[in-house]
Amino acid sequence: MDALTRRRLLMLGPLAIAAGAGGAGAALLLRMHEGRYDPHALPSMLVGKKLPAFSLPGQPPSPGFSAADVTAQGRPGVVNFFASWCVPCVEEAPTLAALKSAGVALWGIAYKDKPDATTRFLDRFGDPYVRVARDEQGTVGIDFGLYGVPESYLVDASGIVRWRWAGGLSADIVRDDLLPKIRALA
Amino acid sequence: MSRLLGVIAVLLALTGGAHAVSDPAEMLANPVLEHRAEAVGGQLRCLVCQNESVEGSNADLAKDLRRIIRQRIAAGDSDRQVIAWMVARYGDFIRLSPPFDAMTLLLWGAPMIAVAIGVGVVMLARRRRFVPLAPLTEAERERLDALLDL
Repeated sequence: MDALTRRRLLMLGPLAIAAGAGGAGAALLLRMHEGRYDPHALPSMLVGKKLPAFSLPGQPPSPGFSAADVTAQGRPGVVNFFASWCVPCVEEAPTLAALKSAGVALWGIAYKDKPDATTRFLDRFGDPYVRVARDEQGTVGIDFGLYGVPESYLVDASGIVRWRWAGGLSADIVRDDLLPKIRALA
Repeated sequence: MSRLLGVIAVLLALTGGAHAVSDPAEMLANPVLEHRAEAVGGQLRCLVCQNESVEGSNADLAKDLRRIIRQRIAAGDSDRQVIAWMVARYGDFIRLSPPFDAMTLLLWGAPMIAVAIGVGVVMLARRRRFVPLAPLTEAERERLDALLDL
C-alpha cells in the first residue's frame, strides 16, 4: 500500500465518524418531531416501586384519598396531578374524559392550587376523577418525584407504579402506551 | 481599558455567589447549618430549569426543595442523607455531579479517552521518520545566490 492510498484510507475514518454522528442526530430529531422523544423528560424513580404513602384532604364535594384507597378496588388506577394554572392540564382534559368513558379509574390530585380555582377548573373543563384530593403544599408531589404538572402514574392492583407520563396525555399516548399497559394488567 | 476592567471587577464583586435565596425567611438561623444547606442545594439540580442548582433557581419546585433541605438538616440529617433522600425521588439526574457507575463510565472516561487519542496522534506523528534534506548542489547554490542578488 503506497503512502497516498494509506492517506486516503485515513481520511475515511473521520468521514465515517461524522456520518455516524449525523445519522444518529437525524434519528433523534425525527423522534422528537414525532413526539416520541422529549429531551427534557426525566425517568421516574417510582416505576416498579410501591406508591408512596400519602393521605390527602378532598376537594369538596369529593372526599380525600390515600395511597391505600387507590388500590382498594382491586383494579389498576391512574393518579393524575393537575392544577388550574396549568395549560397542558386544559389540553389533556378531553383525553382524561375519554379515559373515564373507557372505564379507567382516574384519581385527581390538585397540585398547589387554591380550592376555589380548582372548583372553577373542574366546572369548566370537566371532572373525570373518581375522587379529587388536594396537595396544597406540593409535598406529596415531591414524594412522587413530580417536577411539573400534569403528571400521570399508572398504578396496578397491588399498588406498584407501572408507568409514568410527565406532561399532558394525548390521544396517541393513551392509545399506544397507557391503554395497552392497562389491558396487560387486567 | 483599565477603568473598564475596574468597573467589571467591582460589578463581579457585587454579584457574589449566584444564590436565589433572596428571602431571609428561607434561611436557617444557625449559620453553620445554613452554610451546609447551601452547599447541599448547590450540588442538586433544579428539575424545572435543569441547568441551575436548587440553590440558584427561582423556580417554585426549587424553593420547595430548599425548604426540605433545611428541614432535614435542622432535623439532624447528614449531607449525604439529604442527597440520598432527593436521589430516591428524582434519580441521579438531580445530582449536578453524577456518580461514577456503569451508566456514566463514558462520561467520566471521556477526558481519559481524549488524552489517549492525543497521545496516539503524537506518537504516530513522531514515528514518521524525519528525512534530512540533501545539501544544495553547487548549481543550486549559484542559482540561489543569483536569485538573492548576492
